[in-house]
Amino acid sequence: MSAAPKPGPGPVFVERRAYRRRRLVDAARLLPILGVALVCLPLLWTGEREQPMSTTYAMIYFFGLWLALVIGAALLSRYLKATPEPGDAADGATPSENSVAGSANGPAGGA
Amino acid sequence: MATLNILVLVCLSYVALLFAVAFAADRAALRGRGTWLRSPLVYTLSLSIYCTAWTFYGAVGFAARSGLEFLTIYLGPTLVVIGWWWALRKMVRVGRSQRITSIADLISSRYGKSNTLAVFVTVLAVVGTTPYIALQLQSVTFSFAAFAETGPGTGQALNRDVTAFWLALGLALFTILFGTRNLDANERHHGVVMAIALEAVVKLFALLAVGVFVVWGLSGGVSETLARIDASKIATWDVSASRWVGVTALSAAAFLCLPRMFQVMVVENEDEDHLRTAAWAFPAYLMLMSLFVVPIAVVGLDLLEGTNPDLFVLSLPLSQGQDGLAILAFLGGFSSATSMVIVAAIALSTMVSNHIVMPIWLNMTGGSAVISGDVRQVALLARRLSIAGVVFLGYLYFTISGGGTALAKIGLVSFAGVAQFLPALLGGLFWRGATRMGAMTGLAIGSVVWLYSLFLPSFGPAVILSEGIMQQGLLGLSWLRPQALFGSEGMDPLVHAVMWSMLLNTAGFVLVSLLSFPKPIERLQGAQFVNVYEHSPTSGGWTGGLAQTEDLLIMAQRIMGPTQAQTFFAGAAGGQGIGGYLPEPSPDFLQALERELSGSVGAAAAHAMVGQIVGGASVSVEDLMAVADETAQIMEYSSKLEAKSAELTRTARKLREANDKLTQLSRQKDAFLSQVSHELRTPMTSIRAFSEILRDTKGLKAGEAGKYASVIHDEAIRLTRLLDDLLDLSVLENGQVNLNVQSGTLADLLDRAAAAAGGEAATLKIRRRRGDEDIILSTDLDRLAQVFINLIANARKYCDAAQPVLTIETRMSGETLLVDFTDNGSGIPVDKQDVIFEKFSRIGDTKAGGAGLGLAICREIMARLGGQVTYLPGQQGAAFRVSLPLEQRVAAQ
Repeated sequence: MSAAPKPGPGPVFVERRAYRRRRLVDAARLLPILGVALVCLPLLWTGEREQPMSTTYAMIYFFGLWLALVIGAALLSRYLKATPEPGDAADGATPSENSVAGSANGPAGGA
Repeated sequence: MATLNILVLVCLSYVALLFAVAFAADRAALRGRGTWLRSPLVYTLSLSIYCTAWTFYGAVGFAARSGLEFLTIYLGPTLVVIGWWWALRKMVRVGRSQRITSIADLISSRYGKSNTLAVFVTVLAVVGTTPYIALQLQSVTFSFAAFAETGPGTGQALNRDVTAFWLALGLALFTILFGTRNLDANERHHGVVMAIALEAVVKLFALLAVGVFVVWGLSGGVSETLARIDASKIATWDVSASRWVGVTALSAAAFLCLPRMFQVMVVENEDEDHLRTAAWAFPAYLMLMSLFVVPIAVVGLDLLEGTNPDLFVLSLPLSQGQDGLAILAFLGGFSSATSMVIVAAIALSTMVSNHIVMPIWLNMTGGSAVISGDVRQVALLARRLSIAGVVFLGYLYFTISGGGTALAKIGLVSFAGVAQFLPALLGGLFWRGATRMGAMTGLAIGSVVWLYSLFLPSFGPAVILSEGIMQQGLLGLSWLRPQALFGSEGMDPLVHAVMWSMLLNTAGFVLVSLLSFPKPIERLQGAQFVNVYEHSPTSGGWTGGLAQTEDLLIMAQRIMGPTQAQTFFAGAAGGQGIGGYLPEPSPDFLQALERELSGSVGAAAAHAMVGQIVGGASVSVEDLMAVADETAQIMEYSSKLEAKSAELTRTARKLREANDKLTQLSRQKDAFLSQVSHELRTPMTSIRAFSEILRDTKGLKAGEAGKYASVIHDEAIRLTRLLDDLLDLSVLENGQVNLNVQSGTLADLLDRAAAAAGGEAATLKIRRRRGDEDIILSTDLDRLAQVFINLIANARKYCDAAQPVLTIETRMSGETLLVDFTDNGSGIPVDKQDVIFEKFSRIGDTKAGGAGLGLAICREIMARLGGQVTYLPGQQGAAFRVSLPLEQRVAAQ
């Protein structure tokens, strides 16, 4: 069992890595919300008079959006792997996880 | 031209390949070799059972009818998967930590393991999934028919029911073979997962191949294709906003709630981390699946006007004479259909057998004393029958409905049905206040609205719901018209049904949850589900028998000690005919181990521990309560022991003190005996000597004789006094003294005592404050004077100061008179303070004199008078305090 109890609210200040990770989680949470907004956005398209928006245009928009979401999710999940969960930090990650974290954490820290 | 025979041959070989893959994967998993089986890629591909034949054929049909609206079916799940951190992660974590076997299990576990709720969810899932299975049979049958129509010579149409029948039979067989090979505690099916992963690749490849053929083969490039789209009848972006939002939300909800999705996503999940890969890979898969849908639809509309758009994927290559591509497309559709039916049948059969068949069977057989092997057989049989039943239901639906409706429509009806689980599911995961009653209410309302407004009308007008009900409403109430509930006219029927069912479902769920009060087990489960990240480790999962045994050994070593545990395990392994320390975790062994452990930690705790590791039997609240009881008993017992031990320590200390005192007293007694014999002998010697002189010496002078006689007399008096003291003490101790109560002032008494003790002789100065001493006493004044005299005489005798001073202080403490006698000598050593009041106690031999009886007599007198005399430590010199309650209570005689 973890030796670190969690009484009351957590600390106000966390170390830089944990802070980064929390913002990454925030981003992972916000991405689908952004996605919902962008998926619904074309409903507002009315087009020119007597010249509605074309299906091809909408197709390009949607597949572009889709690709962007995929790339965004891929980037986020890559960095989410790089750092162990804050709760797990006390338990001690396995050596392999640590080494992955160490090698991949550079860009995340600098981001 | 491809003949049906070739098609059947291809089909059979493909199925044989699937068999081989599934078999190999199962074998590899059994030997623990298949790490590649547990890769995130396989997990992602297995999620693709979301794309059924509906996607493969129906998406093109959907696009041909409604343009880009088909995208909603795939955008919904995309958003859900990208938002995995919200819901999917929690679902998977809960599923793993609670060993959930199906969505019915999840919902019932969350709401206090309510089997009623599980039955409800199971029935609704079966009802919702049956059309979907029919849809798969229909699409495969149609694709067979498409081949048959273009086939040479045969002419007559294929009998669709027969095709569907053989297909259903084959699928049921495959599912039974690989879905119920073993009754694993965590319900994972490596073979099946591997097979559907392969099918996922096949269907994606097939659709992409047709797409590439259409774009580059038939249209002549990307720009030409786009131009063709612009020229088609679906050229404009013209979607209904309500349907766009409604269907996106619906497909997102269904993605979470579909029993088959739950099966691959949560139950078959090997590692929570796989979700991370699926988070982007699965949306990418969906994107690729939808990429060529519009081009295929447009080209199909162009070239094959008037034919069923649901089959464009197949009929386009066929019409162009591309038989190879057509067979590939057929295999893609076949893969989509079979993988869906297999997984759905497994998921539903688990639910049906666990929540409906097994409880009934256990009830009928009495349930309690069944052998575990017996239950396994029944469970397997139940599951096999359930699979056959579920597939048969789908077949029945297909034959009854006649397979006329558009694929997309059936699929959406099904989606709306399972989406009714969503409020109970998400509410259970995120809201601790959600209760069983709330979940039941929401589900009941939602499913009734769904049945009435969408499912029953989906059979077509006048099939189940009469035309009258559709037009005038139930019982002629116009606000109960199935497609215009509460007067909401003009809505799209699907959006209408989804909106009302979800709205009323959620409202009922929340309202009843707020008003009802959950049972303890619900609240416990609720806390475990909602706060799952605080309760569960990152990854649990005891897979494989030996791993379990090793964990058991580790635990047993901690509890029983390494040597004993190892001996026990080795013995059990030997009993099973296995070498080493790791026996099979058979029920017998587990029971024996539990018994062994319960010796150390109590029966309930042992049961809970073994259950925790073996996992099959989860720890029930009753177990936990029993553990708590045992713990409480142990704590009570140990606190009693502590109290006892403290008492013993106290007693031992008292005994030691008493012993010390006794030893000291015994020494003093010896010393006194020699002292007393010395004291007696000295006067006796002089008495004897002088009496001999008087007797034997002739001619003594009268003065001399008188002097000798007075010496004899003095010595005799001394002897008498000693004997008097002894007698006095003995009388006091035996309580035979009579008190002679008189009244007088303390000052007079002290004057008398000081005078009797030798007056203000030069040797001792007495300091008093007479003002304080004007207190009237009513007690045995003679006895009290005796005490005072003794104390003053002691000071005179023993005070070793150059200028001995005795201070007598008087004061009142409440109703008690305190008289302190303090001299300025060196006082009494600490180790003697205990014994000075004992008989024969004398301090050193300083100036000698008394026999050591004075203070003992004082103590006895004061006890008789109801007060006490004590030594006051920490003063200048020796200090004695006489305390006497003025409210005279004469002690009992």
